[in-house]
Amino acid sequence: MNPLTGYLLVAALLFSIGLAGALTRRNAILVLIGIELMLNAANLNLIAFWRYGPHPEALTGMMFAIFSIAVAAAEAAVGLGLVINIHRHAHTTNLDQMNRMKG
Amino acid sequence: MMQESISFTPQLAASAIARNLWLIPAVPIAASGVIAVLKQPRRKTASALAIGALSFSLLLALIAFAHVLSGWANGQAVRETASFTWFQTGASHVDLGWVLDPLSAIMLVMVTFVGLLIFIYSTGYMAHDENYTRFFCFLSLFAGAMLGVVIANSLLLLFMCWELVGLTSYLLIGFWYFKPAAAAAAKKAFLTTRVGDVFFLLGIVWLFAQTGTLLFYNSGTGSMEQAALTGLLAQPAAWGFTAASAIGLLIFAGAAGKSGQFPLHVWLPDAMEGPTPVSALIHAATMVAAGVYLIARVYPLMQAGALTGGTTTALTVVTWVGAFTALFAACIAVAQNDIKRILAYSTVSQLGYMMAGLGMGGVAVGMFHLITHAFFKALLFMGAGSVIHGCHEEQDIRNMGGLKKYMPLTFATYSIGMLALCGVPILFSGFWSKDAILESAHGWPLSHAPYYMLVFGAILTAFYMTRQVSYVFFGAYRGHGHPHESPRSMTTPLAILAFFAIALGALGTPAWPWFRAFLENGAAVVDFHAFAEPAWLMLLLTSCVIVTIGIGLGWMLYGSKSPAADQPDVIERAAPPLWAALRDRLYIDEFYGVTVIAFYSWWARVADWLDRRVWGGIVSLVAFVFGLWATLNRFLDTNVVDGAFDKSCEEISTSGGLLARIQSGRVQTYLRLLALAVVVLAILLFWSGRA
Repeated sequence: MNPLTGYLLVAALLFSIGLAGALTRRNAILVLIGIELMLNAANLNLIAFWRYGPHPEALTGMMFAIFSIAVAAAEAAVGLGLVINIHRHAHTTNLDQMNRMKG
Repeated sequence: MMQESISFTPQLAASAIARNLWLIPAVPIAASGVIAVLKQPRRKTASALAIGALSFSLLLALIAFAHVLSGWANGQAVRETASFTWFQTGASHVDLGWVLDPLSAIMLVMVTFVGLLIFIYSTGYMAHDENYTRFFCFLSLFAGAMLGVVIANSLLLLFMCWELVGLTSYLLIGFWYFKPAAAAAAKKAFLTTRVGDVFFLLGIVWLFAQTGTLLFYNSGTGSMEQAALTGLLAQPAAWGFTAASAIGLLIFAGAAGKSGQFPLHVWLPDAMEGPTPVSALIHAATMVAAGVYLIARVYPLMQAGALTGGTTTALTVVTWVGAFTALFAACIAVAQNDIKRILAYSTVSQLGYMMAGLGMGGVAVGMFHLITHAFFKALLFMGAGSVIHGCHEEQDIRNMGGLKKYMPLTFATYSIGMLALCGVPILFSGFWSKDAILESAHGWPLSHAPYYMLVFGAILTAFYMTRQVSYVFFGAYRGHGHPHESPRSMTTPLAILAFFAIALGALGTPAWPWFRAFLENGAAVVDFHAFAEPAWLMLLLTSCVIVTIGIGLGWMLYGSKSPAADQPDVIERAAPPLWAALRDRLYIDEFYGVTVIAFYSWWARVADWLDRRVWGGIVSLVAFVFGLWATLNRFLDTNVVDGAFDKSCEEISTSGGLLARIQSGRVQTYLRLLALAVVVLAILLFWSGRA
C-alpha cells in the first residue's frame, strides 16, 4: 500500500467525523469544533500531497498548511466571538433556535 | 391755411430732455404699480404717491416745454425724436419712440397740469370712499398712459397707450361696480370705443404695409414725412380714394370712437356714471381729446394731396362729422336733467367743434380749442362735482336751485366756466378758440353748411348752459337737506382752473396768434390791426349775437323761475314731442338697441344653436366613437392581456413559495444541503473522470 493512501484515508476519516459533527450537533461550539476537524483534514491532505508529490523539496505544501492554520485560528476566533455574541443576545447556543433568517 | 416755416430751420439732434422724455409717462405708471400693491387703508400714501409722481411729470413737462419754447424763440423748428427697435422680423422692423415738438409739449403741460389739479381735487371728492387707494392707482395709470399717447412718435406706441387709456377709462367708469348702471356704462364705453379701434388698427396695419414704418418722424423716413406721403398718394385704393385718404379715414374712425363723435358718441354720456373727477379728467379734459390730438398728430397724412388752400377727402369727412356732432349733441344737451349728462353732451358737442376746427382750419385751430376746452370743461365738471358733493350726491338739476347763496365760490368759478363755454366775447378763452373755428368754417371753400351748423350749435350751447346754471344756482333750493360749500382741496383747483379759463384766451387772439405761431413754427407778431379787420369784426358781431340770443333766451325761459322736479320743463309745455325726442337722446341708443344689439343677440343665438346642435353634435359623435373604442379595449384588457399576465404572476408566486421553503433559517439544513451538493459533485467528477 502506498504510504500516501494511508494519510489520505486518515484525512478522509477525519473529514467525515468533522462533517458528521458539524451536521448533527445542536450546540454551536460543537459545530465549530467539527468544522475545525474538517479544516485539519484538509491540512493533512495538503501536507501528504506535498510530501509524496513530484517536488518534495519546494516546501510549498508546508507553506500552504501554515497559512491555512493561521487563517483557521483567525476564523476560530471570529466564530467563537459570534457564538458568544449570539449567546448573549439569545441566551442559547442551540442552532435549531437560530432560524430568524427564514425565508 | 398753414403758414410755411421758411425762416425756421429744422433741428434734428435730440437733446437730453427729448431722450429722457419717456420718464414723463413712466413715473406715474410706476407710481400706479406701487399703489396697486398698497393695502387698502394706506390712503394717504396712495394719494401722495400719485400726486407726487404727477408733479414730477409736470415738472419734466414744463422743462420740456421751456426747451421747445427756447428753441422756437431762437428760430428753430424743434422736433426731437428718440426711437428704438422693438422687434424685427426679416427685413421689416417695428420701431417705437417718442417725439418732442410744440404739439406734444403743449399737450404734455396741459395734461399734467389739469391732471394734477384733478388729482388734488379727488383727495377731497373721494375722501369718504373706501376704495380710495384703488382709485388713485387707476388715476395714476391713466395719467401715465395718456402722457404716453401724447409723447408717442410711433403709431404703434400711441395705439398701445391709447388702449391702456381705454382700459383705465373702463376701470374708472365702472369704479362703483356695485351699481349696475356703472358696470353697464363701463362695458358700453369699452365696446363702443372698440368699434372705432378696430378701424384704427386696420389703418395702422395698412400704413405699415405701405410705408414700412410706424414712426411719425424719423429724419425723413417717418410715415408722416414727405417721402412716405408721396408714396401713399401714388397708391390708389378702392372707390377713387388714395391710400392716404383711406388710411386717414380709418384712423379717424378710431379717433371718433375715443372722442365721442357721431355715431360712436353713445358711450360718453353714460360714462358719467363714474366718479366726477374721472368725468372731469378722462371724459372731458384729456382722454376724449386724445382723438383730436391723434388727428392733429397724423395731420400731414390727413392733409396729404391737398391743393393749395384746398381740402382732402379725409379732412372733409372729419369736418362734416365734427360739425354734425357739434350741433346734434348740443340739441340733446338742451333736454337733459342730469347735471353731468348735460356737460357730457356738451363735451361731445365741443369735441365736434375741435374736429371741425381740425378739418377746416388746421392743427392750430383744433388744438387751441382742445386746450381751452380742457381747462374750462374740467372746471365745469369739477364745479358740477362740487355741486353734487354739496347737495348730498344729488345729480338731478331739478332738485337743486339757489345754490348761489350756499356755494358762492363754486358758483363764481362755475359761471366763469359756463361763460367760457358759451364763448362770451373778448373776456373768455372759449370765445377766442371757438371764434377761430367759426372763422375757418366761414372761409371753408366747399360748403357753408358747417358754418351754420356750428353757429346754431353755439347758440344752443349758450342756451343749455344758461338753462343749467339757472336750474342749479338761481331760484329757490328744491332739494333735501342743507347744501354746503366743498372743502378747500376741491375749491382751490376750481379757482386755478377758472383763472386759466379766462387767461388762456390771450394766447390765441388774432392780434397775437402765439399759439398758432408756436405750433406751426412761425413768428408770433403783435399786430393790433387784426382787430380792425372787417371779417374779424363781423365774427365778433356774430359771436355777440350768438351769445346774446343763447343766454337771453335761456334766461327768459328759465331765469330765476326754474320749475321743480314734478313740474314739466318750459320747452316740454311748449313742444312735448320735441322735448321727448331730445330727452330720449334722439333715440340713438334705442336705434342701436334694435339694430346692432338686436343683430348681435340674434347672431349670438345662432352661434349658440350652432355650438349646441352642430358642433356639439359632432363632438358628441366623436366622443361616442371613442367611448366604443375604449369599451373594446377594456374587454381585451380584462379578458386577454390581464389573464395572461395574472397567470404568469401566479406561477412566479407559487414557485417562489416552494423555493422559499428551503430557506428555513436553520444553519445546519444549509450545511446539509451543501454537503449533499459536494457529494453529488464528487460523484459526478468521479464518474466523468472514469469515462
